[in-house]
Amino acid sequence: MAWPEQRKGTRMEMKVNKSRISKTTKNDLITYAMVILTYIVVQVLVSTGHVSSLVQGLLVPFCTYVIVAVALNLTVGILGELSLGHAGFMCVGAFASAVFSLAFKEALPGGVRFFLALLIGAAAAAVVGFLVGIPVLRLRGDYLAIVTLAFGEIIKNIINVLYLGVDSKGLHFSMKDALSLHMEEDGLMLIKGAQGVTGTPNDSNFTVGVVLILVTLFIVLNFIHSRTGRAVMSIRDNRIAAESVGINVTKYKLIAFTVSASLAGVAGVLYAHNLSTLNALPKNFGYNMSIMILVFVVLGGIGNIRGSIIAAVLLTLLPEVLRGLSDYRMLIYSIVLIVMMIFNWGPNAILFRKRLKQKISFGRKAKEEV
Amino acid sequence: MSFVAHLINGISLGSVYALIALGYTMVYGIAKMLNFAHGDVIMIGGYVVFVTASGMGIPPLAAIVISMAVCTVLGVTIERVAYRPLRGASPLAVLITAIGVSYLLQNVALLVFGSDTKAFSNVVTLPNLELFEGQLIIKSVTIVTVIVSIIIMVGLTLFVKKTKIGRAMTAVSEDQGAAQLMGINVNGTIAVTFAIGSSLAAVAGVLLCSAYPSLTPYTGSMPGIKAFVAAVFGGIGSIPGAFIGGILLGVIENLSKAYISSQLADAIVFSILIIVLLVKPTGLLGRKILEKV
Amino acid sequence: MKKRMLSLVLAGVMTASLLTGCGGSAGTDAGSAEGAAEETTEATEETTAADETAEAEPADDAAAQETTGDSAGGTFKIGGVGPLTGSAAVYGIATMNGSQIAVDEINAAGGINGMTVELNFQDDECDAEKSVNAYNTLKDWGVQVIDGAVTSACSIAVSDKTAQDNIFQLTPSGSAVDCVKNDNAFRVCFSDPNQGAASAQYIGEHGLASKIAIIYDSSDVYSSGIYEKFMQESEGQSFEVVATGAFTADNKTDFSVQLQQAKDAGAELVFLPIYYSEAALILKQASDMGFDVTFFGCDGLDGILGVKNFDASLAEGVMLLTPFAADATDDLTVNFVTTYKEKFNETPNQFAADGYDAIYTIKAAAEKAGITADMSNEEICEAMKTAMTEITVDGLTGDGITWDASGEPTKAPKAVVIKDGVYTAM
Repeated sequence: MAWPEQRKGTRMEMKVNKSRISKTTKNDLITYAMVILTYIVVQVLVSTGHVSSLVQGLLVPFCTYVIVAVALNLTVGILGELSLGHAGFMCVGAFASAVFSLAFKEALPGGVRFFLALLIGAAAAAVVGFLVGIPVLRLRGDYLAIVTLAFGEIIKNIINVLYLGVDSKGLHFSMKDALSLHMEEDGLMLIKGAQGVTGTPNDSNFTVGVVLILVTLFIVLNFIHSRTGRAVMSIRDNRIAAESVGINVTKYKLIAFTVSASLAGVAGVLYAHNLSTLNALPKNFGYNMSIMILVFVVLGGIGNIRGSIIAAVLLTLLPEVLRGLSDYRMLIYSIVLIVMMIFNWGPNAILFRKRLKQKISFGRKAKEEV
Repeated sequence: MSFVAHLINGISLGSVYALIALGYTMVYGIAKMLNFAHGDVIMIGGYVVFVTASGMGIPPLAAIVISMAVCTVLGVTIERVAYRPLRGASPLAVLITAIGVSYLLQNVALLVFGSDTKAFSNVVTLPNLELFEGQLIIKSVTIVTVIVSIIIMVGLTLFVKKTKIGRAMTAVSEDQGAAQLMGINVNGTIAVTFAIGSSLAAVAGVLLCSAYPSLTPYTGSMPGIKAFVAAVFGGIGSIPGAFIGGILLGVIENLSKAYISSQLADAIVFSILIIVLLVKPTGLLGRKILEKV
Repeated sequence: MKKRMLSLVLAGVMTASLLTGCGGSAGTDAGSAEGAAEETTEATEETTAADETAEAEPADDAAAQETTGDSAGGTFKIGGVGPLTGSAAVYGIATMNGSQIAVDEINAAGGINGMTVELNFQDDECDAEKSVNAYNTLKDWGVQVIDGAVTSACSIAVSDKTAQDNIFQLTPSGSAVDCVKNDNAFRVCFSDPNQGAASAQYIGEHGLASKIAIIYDSSDVYSSGIYEKFMQESEGQSFEVVATGAFTADNKTDFSVQLQQAKDAGAELVFLPIYYSEAALILKQASDMGFDVTFFGCDGLDGILGVKNFDASLAEGVMLLTPFAADATDDLTVNFVTTYKEKFNETPNQFAADGYDAIYTIKAAAEKAGITADMSNEEICEAMKTAMTEITVDGLTGDGITWDASGEPTKAPKAVVIKDGVYTAM
């Protein structure tokens, strides 16, 4: 799928980048600073008691969605491929880490356990992302979108029939039901099919979330500016030209896709350790969620990492703020979505905005002159 | 015998997918956009028939006509308000707007009709076909759906190939800019496409709800996705492809439910889709588009 | 220019989050001190003051409480959590409506211990994460007791938070085992295993059939919970399970395969531990394919006759094990059904009844515990926990319901059969 608008913008940016490299660095620093500043402000507000319980409860979800939005932006904005399966990678990361944490709930102290859970979640999602990426990245455009969507549904479907338990005899596994596990009485059920994982320790908190955001940003931003990142972007802008200068398209596409999947897995780990219950429902890991993440990315600006962060926070907050309007909440949300899309992307709206901007800047200039 | 029964049930399911997929493929083929809200237009079509036929007692056939009219107006309005301002924007922007429209329709239905399940009365009142002394029953609604799908498929193919508007549609789908230069009203043509697609959605809604008589604001979303998969399976943009893809998808889904696992049916359907696309990336009947360098 | 726009947006975000932060806590201050107790020192002081007043009052005599309550007045804030939008909305809305009727009745009769009851029901879209958000919204509002969540997974997620915050929780319909694993959580409905075992025993003891097929929703906690226990329990019974057909939430319109398999296996009875909306489809499809068999379900099937435009003749002979039947003739049910129909223009289902009973259970426990408006949430929670094991409630979903400390209710399941389009006791 091609993004004519975006492509032009990036090319221009790249030209600018060449002449003044410090600008990219500066831009990245602003992003880091924004996250850290927000963190400090929120922490101060929390400690002085100015943050409602609702917002406090939303802090970890904010981090989760920010990470997954940044991860998807790597696929959509930098790699230029549309993925509708990122909720699936999140799901893999969430379940892999939740099972680990539950199994070692007593055996390991909280910090070590969560760190290992993170690695396991990220690795599991990366492996799945890699395996999926090999065949899937051969496709392009809408077909890739539908295949990633299908793939996300497959993951959800399989997890829903997965039964896993552990007792003194070792691991038990079934794809049918809990009875066919033949567990001992004192055995521990890890995944109970659709009933999912219950009793995951609550290891996520806002600080961990923000650290993970910073790590994610560090990985993604450095990736973009690295040799690999530039190769990936050249594939996005013109695959044939990139191929002709000897760039291994499949390899670079796979690298970007795997990194993106693995980061989505990290978001899943954060998600799983924030709630004591984890189910793979259409609601949280279905295509609707994938689409939601895509909405974060698109509204924040494709290829714009900072935009993804802001959009993810705003759009997670919006339905909660509109809670007072209960019945009309989702209605308003959908209208806001449509209006924002038309305003941000409609050719006429863009023209109108440009004119408006010109008028404003003229006005400002006039003022400055005065 | 049970294999035949499963097969027939699969065709029954597939014919509904086929009918929905026809609408999908029509809009995709001409306007080059994924109308995610198509499934929800189907749901609205179902509700209109529910209200008019079951609520007001209007005869079913008249109710279907009313429903088609409502959906046509709805489809054209959606196109005018939400999609036209985005003409020429990135396909992704249009896709997300379509998702917004889909949410909008679901929530409007939720507010207007409530969340409770409504039982839809079958509008197809013909007797079921019983074979082998009642051992094998083919529901009349299945027969009607298959026939209607075939008629619509043939009708659409002829319409696109033979009529002036149809040829204008083909031109628009090939190259919007060039079509405009040739004096074709691009916006008008796309509006007509949406009108046709949406009135098909109304028919699909009625037959979907007659075959599976429960109606909620979310009735259209999953069949919509499956039908979309069917359309891709058959080669999106291809009218006969949508029909074949739909029927095949229904049969595969039912047979895998019966002989592999009823819980993994969706996973199997989606896996087969992936395999088909990897072997033949344009779908079963899709055209290969040569890449211009 | 782009950057300026971005910083504008950024500033917007910060202001927005600040505003919500302030707005929320302002609301709490205006409301009740308890909600923000952990946050503001000011509030803590208030709470300590409240503690003293509470301790000064006699807490053993309910009648005495009534009078002190009258003079104290105040409001008692009950927070509900359940899906009001999304595909499970029908359960949440019914629970909310049922609860609201109970609240209105209680307020008309003078409230709980003289306190006016306020019900604030928040949407969770049947999503665990959203349910925690809903709960936090209620906390900002100053909630004192939680009536929820309606669905199992959400109930588990919320109960984790209520246990941390020491807020009493009574779930009307969260039936999974883990919903009440924390000692501050109780439930009104039967647990899933309880229903599965009761169904198997009932079918076995009454010799309803010798060959049984099961169709269940493997992606649903409620349904798979009942199914598992039913299978365990069926081993010692006089019947044999000949076919099991599972379906998932994404694939719940076409049941032809599952029914065909049941038919081929020669099942005489099909056990449906599922909700009524899918059951309505199953009944229709079974009749279409000429599969004439007895259907047996649990409380989820209740409401099937309330499906608009449903052909009631299809449900003829369906048996279900349910604590509530809208057509029962006792005064309580008749009154409730009449009020519900008047207000919401629908026949109440079992969720509505659970919601109604939940509020009355809270009332009974609060009166027993002598809850007053100025008690802190911890005190309410502790007092309610003890009181729950001492009370007996005659509700819509059972006579003489009692609880033990585990949070499980004890009540007799009733089996009803649909005859001539109405529920008839068996």
